Amino acid sequence: MTNHWNDLQNTDCALIMGSNAAENHPMSFKWLMKAKETRGAKIIHVDPRFTRTSARSDIYAPLRSGTDIAFIGGMINYILNNDLFFRDYVVNFTNAPFVIEDGFDFKDGLYSGYDPEKRKYDQSTWKYKKDAEGNPIKDPTLQNPRCVLQLMKKHYERYDVDTVCEATGTPKDQFLKVTEAYAATGVPDKSGTIMYAMGTTQHSVGTENVRIFAVLQLLLGNIGVPGGGVNAMRGESNVQGACDMGLLMHVLNGYVSAPTNDPAYSNLESYLNKETPTAGFKVNTPKWLISMLKSYYGDAATKGNDFCYDYLPKRRTDRNYTHIGIFEAMYEGDIKGAFVFGANPYVSGPDANKEVKALENLDWMVAADLFETETASFWTEEAGVDPKKIKTEVFFLPAAASYEKAGTITNSGRWVQFRWKAVDPIGEAMADLEIFYELGKNIRELYKGSTDFKDKPIQDLAWDYTEGDEEKLLDEVQREINGYDLTTGKLMAKFGDLKDDGTTSCGSWVYSGMYTEEGNKTQSRDNKDRSGIGMYSGWSFAWPVNRRIVYNRCSADAAGKPWSDDKKIIWWEDGNWAGIDVPDFIVSNAPSDPDGCKAYIMKDDGVGGLFAPTADGPFPEHYEPWESPVENMLSSVQFNPAATIWDTPMNEQGKADKYPIIGTTYRVVEHWQAGIMTRNTPWLAELMPNVFVEISKELAAEKGIANGDVVTVESARGNIEAVACVTARFKPFKINGKIYHELGILWHYGFQGIAKGNPANRLTPHIGCANSNTPEYKAFLCDIHKGVK
Amino acid sequence: MANKGFLVDTSKCIGCRGCVVACKQWNQLPAEYSEFKGSYQTIPDLTGNNYTIVTFHEYEENGRVEWYFAKRQCMHCLDPACMKVCPQKAISITDTGAVVRDNDKCVGCKYCAAACPFQIPRYNKETDKETKCSLCTERTAEGVLPACVKACITGALWYGDRDEVLGRAKERVSELKGEYPNANVYGETEAGGTNIIYVLADEPEKYGFEKEPKIPGPINAWQDVIKPYFPWLIALTGAVSVISFFSTRLLGAGKEEAHEGESIDG
Repeated sequence: MTNHWNDLQNTDCALIMGSNAAENHPMSFKWLMKAKETRGAKIIHVDPRFTRTSARSDIYAPLRSGTDIAFIGGMINYILNNDLFFRDYVVNFTNAPFVIEDGFDFKDGLYSGYDPEKRKYDQSTWKYKKDAEGNPIKDPTLQNPRCVLQLMKKHYERYDVDTVCEATGTPKDQFLKVTEAYAATGVPDKSGTIMYAMGTTQHSVGTENVRIFAVLQLLLGNIGVPGGGVNAMRGESNVQGACDMGLLMHVLNGYVSAPTNDPAYSNLESYLNKETPTAGFKVNTPKWLISMLKSYYGDAATKGNDFCYDYLPKRRTDRNYTHIGIFEAMYEGDIKGAFVFGANPYVSGPDANKEVKALENLDWMVAADLFETETASFWTEEAGVDPKKIKTEVFFLPAAASYEKAGTITNSGRWVQFRWKAVDPIGEAMADLEIFYELGKNIRELYKGSTDFKDKPIQDLAWDYTEGDEEKLLDEVQREINGYDLTTGKLMAKFGDLKDDGTTSCGSWVYSGMYTEEGNKTQSRDNKDRSGIGMYSGWSFAWPVNRRIVYNRCSADAAGKPWSDDKKIIWWEDGNWAGIDVPDFIVSNAPSDPDGCKAYIMKDDGVGGLFAPTADGPFPEHYEPWESPVENMLSSVQFNPAATIWDTPMNEQGKADKYPIIGTTYRVVEHWQAGIMTRNTPWLAELMPNVFVEISKELAAEKGIANGDVVTVESARGNIEAVACVTARFKPFKINGKIYHELGILWHYGFQGIAKGNPANRLTPHIGCANSNTPEYKAFLCDIHKGVK
Repeated sequence: MANKGFLVDTSKCIGCRGCVVACKQWNQLPAEYSEFKGSYQTIPDLTGNNYTIVTFHEYEENGRVEWYFAKRQCMHCLDPACMKVCPQKAISITDTGAVVRDNDKCVGCKYCAAACPFQIPRYNKETDKETKCSLCTERTAEGVLPACVKACITGALWYGDRDEVLGRAKERVSELKGEYPNANVYGETEAGGTNIIYVLADEPEKYGFEKEPKIPGPINAWQDVIKPYFPWLIALTGAVSVISFFSTRLLGAGKEEAHEGESIDG
């Protein structure tokens, strides 16, 4: 989130899209209800199906799964044509005035530089045009036909209301109602928030779905202001923390790029040359990386040995290390062992039949969870296989639940909150931190006497924690993540003090400042709201530097005057910056300074990117899902040309002649993710006991299905049984004049626990987003019929 | 002391059923076996192990879909019929107006269930008692909110003095009138008035309520003619199960048998 949960109370309009917030993030409705009551805020829900969220929204509009870019593209086109964008904001804080290189072009679904063989773009023309001195050329009047705003206007010209509604299946009047209500936030004294979740990201255009939200928000001046923002409601309570701590394949802690085996990363100097920009806040990359290496390798990391940079694993550029890539490699037999912690891919993995088959190729698996998961017991008779035929040796470690251990949880709003232990874990269950400490200790013991150089990273690892004292271990790890001044031995006060000479250590620079000599700020519990707008700056620690609303320079105009009294957080007063939040810009820059409007400090140009290159292009463009029953109405390019295609066994692509129905998957409030915790909780099992599939009354009539019937849903990859929920809340879509049906299935279930059922992911494909490879769980093709197959 | 109760503002309810789980947790009620049969309302009705449920109601009129959620539990009547008919004097009103049962006195005869204008009390087979919401009297006596109210995150449930609850309800209904012309307050006068007050966005029937809830006709006669001899009857039969059988046959006409769920945890 650019903003935070409590800040939802400050919004004038919430656009919930790609999310069923009332079900999956119910707490958000505490604040939305407050916004409704105190500000008269409007809630808009755009979703294929009318849900518990729609029931509490002022406006509901249906759209076919996988057409978010068409929908928002249509809104952008409408806003630009009717001059509804927030001009002062756009001119000063975005790259709208920047002129683009002459060679950049877009024709019929493809940007300049496309290589169909590699399915990749050469992005060399996707750049700002520069003058003789090397400065970008800008046109603040926004009239230059090659400036970003004009190129964007041309790009979205095709997204007229009629075409968009034909593609999305949204009734025109509802599309216009949404657009008009949301566009009304593009004025100084209003703000609109976009709340999204996995309905946005789990598409082959997932990153672009998020990007187009950012474009819309920048156009309306809704970023950096209270009640605004692009707000990712994370799918797990601590998934934000997991990402911050390097649990992604392409970045290390604090989003510092992870090196690959490309020669550009062969040593520390070449890495830093490649990864350190000349402007923007990322010029500090050397300080972040070297301080992190010092926390990893301690005294072994010296200037003479590149601070042990060589120890970092280097990803192979010819391999894919995302979830799908890992399971493809496992299926091929390339991966021999797996640690599965807090994950249950038997239920949650896309193309689940294939992923379960892949597990059989493992020699060993170590699984840790609260209850025995389907993944940990994939080899049993209950799983429907012959245990004698499976060679995988599985070790199951009982893990402590969140109430049985202390630690921090970083919520979607970036608040790092300490939680104290309530009760001791049952039996032999341990906290993950203890499990990993023990693992590290024992592995190091095994490699102690080795003289093989490849074992040095294990031998040199700084692993000198206190043994047998859970509380102390946690405290030491938290301090280590915050970082030390190694000369004085004192805790770092903030990441601004980090150095690149090996005299500071820091586990994750974004967390620096959470635990200083003043104490552990994640334990701060001052519940007074001194801001008056719900910032609660004395409650926990928000990264970075306890900032609650990022990009907050944009809450004031170019001169530093807040856009409205109602939404003031930062302002220029008597020659200084003042305010109620931690400034997210260089405070020594007066508004009149050349860099006085550089609000987007993580970018080297300092402005919000309406034009921003990703793997798929600088402007988000609509492509159909991997499996779609209709042709792309916006270009002749059917599928995202930059997405990786997995032409592999057990991953057949379904065609509309055999599988004419659009399928999607989702969760309910009563269960949690792959369900192993909640399906084992009797009260929750009672509330949602088995899998159901929601279908429209029209589809039910066509297929002769009655409410409550047992049905089979099948795709090109598998089939599942479920109970039919026939409802007026799901409607067929009229696409390009023809009727198409969509159905939706709960994906929480497996054969373990009290509440059991078939995993819906037996239906979903191995295909993912071009940038992140996040699986396309939300749109695929299937068919449904009454009875059991 | 002033009567206390809570507001159920259905216009703020997201149907998450946190209140249902909180109630079961506080009262330590076992989960019952259930099946999804086509509605999100997987607990079809109150049972001896479910003192509160949320009902789900789906409508489509003029192309507009509505999905209403309504929490159900004892309404805590100002003039409770259940108390009048109870032969064991097991039901009483607390000083804050909550209608409560004395578990030791209750013999599970089900008269209260038959008399209730809202069809609330349910028989629990395992304990052989009638059950219902107590408005968490044991919590409120200690200054703690009822479990369901405490668990409600959207502010759909609000506990306080009945007058204030009613005031809030009326204010909320006037706000809703623009979008929902049928919005109304339920519980102010129904069945003589209740301590649980609802804000409904539509007609009570749309939420599964009776517009004018009535105490079943035979109850008054029963109360006047037979009840005085009840202790004598008990002495005579000495078997609670037999009385239970008769009472169900006599008074339970047109009403569903109490749900006796099979517990799924232990």
